[in-house]
Amino acid sequence: MHGDMAMLLLADSRLPAGGHAHSGGAEEAVRVGAITGPEDLARFLRGRLATAGVVTAALAAAACELGADPAQERWRRLDAEADARISSPAQRDASRTQGRLLVRTTRRIWPSEALDSLAAAVPDGAHHPVALGAAAAAAGCEPRQAALAAAYTSVTAPATAAVRLLGLDPVLVHRLLADLAPALNDAAHEACVIQADDWSSLPAHAAPALDLLAEQHLRTEVRLFVS
Amino acid sequence: METLRSDPPLTLRQTGPGVVHLVSTAAGPLGGDHFELTIDVAPHTTLAVHSVASTLALPGLSRLTVTARVGARAALRYSPEPIVLAAGCDLRVAVRLTLAPGATVFWREELVFGRYGEASGRCHSRFDAIVDDVPLLRQELLVGDPAVDDSPAVYGSARCVGSTLLTGDLPRERHLADGCAVLPLAGPGTLVSALAADTVELRRRLEWGERLADKSLP
Repeated sequence: MHGDMAMLLLADSRLPAGGHAHSGGAEEAVRVGAITGPEDLARFLRGRLATAGVVTAALAAAACELGADPAQERWRRLDAEADARISSPAQRDASRTQGRLLVRTTRRIWPSEALDSLAAAVPDGAHHPVALGAAAAAAGCEPRQAALAAAYTSVTAPATAAVRLLGLDPVLVHRLLADLAPALNDAAHEACVIQADDWSSLPAHAAPALDLLAEQHLRTEVRLFVS
Repeated sequence: METLRSDPPLTLRQTGPGVVHLVSTAAGPLGGDHFELTIDVAPHTTLAVHSVASTLALPGLSRLTVTARVGARAALRYSPEPIVLAAGCDLRVAVRLTLAPGATVFWREELVFGRYGEASGRCHSRFDAIVDDVPLLRQELLVGDPAVDDSPAVYGSARCVGSTLLTGDLPRERHLADGCAVLPLAGPGTLVSALAADTVELRRRLEWGERLADKSLP
């Protein structure tokens, strides 16, 4: 259907859903000196994609599949699977804030039962990948497209943030993103291979450094990004 | 203690009332090995599982599977010494922890990326903790994988990673120090998560967090 177009809209940082306010840990990593230039940033993005990126891609794919035949109890269960995969309270808050804004925005763009039932099931804001998958379903995407959009935004947000925070050459940073294309495809593919009714086996890759950075970020007084 | 059964290379020794030590009576795990440990803690009972020494994962594909069930009002403390990933190892760890409501657990795991001065072997671990049929914590760790090695997002420059899951009647407070965070989970539990350059520092950081997560700890 119109899945490709919808996927581009969902992955676009210009989607008015507040995604630009999040750096995915990059701001704190810059502040503590863990990212100082393009080499550190490349390693940061690669590691983020292999952990948080893979997990969000799988949750988004599962949510997209669920969106085709939504039920409130099932949304709550999938949201609980996301909760169990995010040990940092700061990251859970950031994820729910982004999810809430995404649902609010996309319900106006793609009115649908999928998004209405998710908003009713998790009124305080579903986790971001769950919201993204539901929006993707509402927009006519396949689970693989939802996974791609989720994996893509998991690295573009910190990359853009790093350009702004360190004054890096934006062309060079886009080259780093382009280099991640095979890993990104693999992440989306992996997310769909595991598709099953049993969400317990979905990927759960942890990134202990991202957890520490997220908690530290909340304690930092001057911040440009929410997370 | 109702049942205590083991076969070499993993031997269980009762070392006190409700206390068991794991003793490795052979080197390993080595390629081809599959170690399995099953722990059942009956309601209203207490068990502590320790090990006498760290585990050295040796070259080749090996597996370690731990299944633990903790009954209502029962308490389990699982705190073996670290697993050291020797160069060339490919260790798969699967831990499944099933808790009844009100069960108290202290579950510590530590991974060391190679012996002193050695490149790390590979490890893929998966930890699933379920409380009353609701997932509390699902966490996979990849070590020795080019995608995560040296990434400031995953382990940074650390050479060891560790965590302790605590459940029970705990304060829902966050704490943070250099390389260690006390993280109240969405469900009824707290994760202490730490990164460090060496095992001594890792243990010090975890113990700092454990005492803040559970103020009744000594």
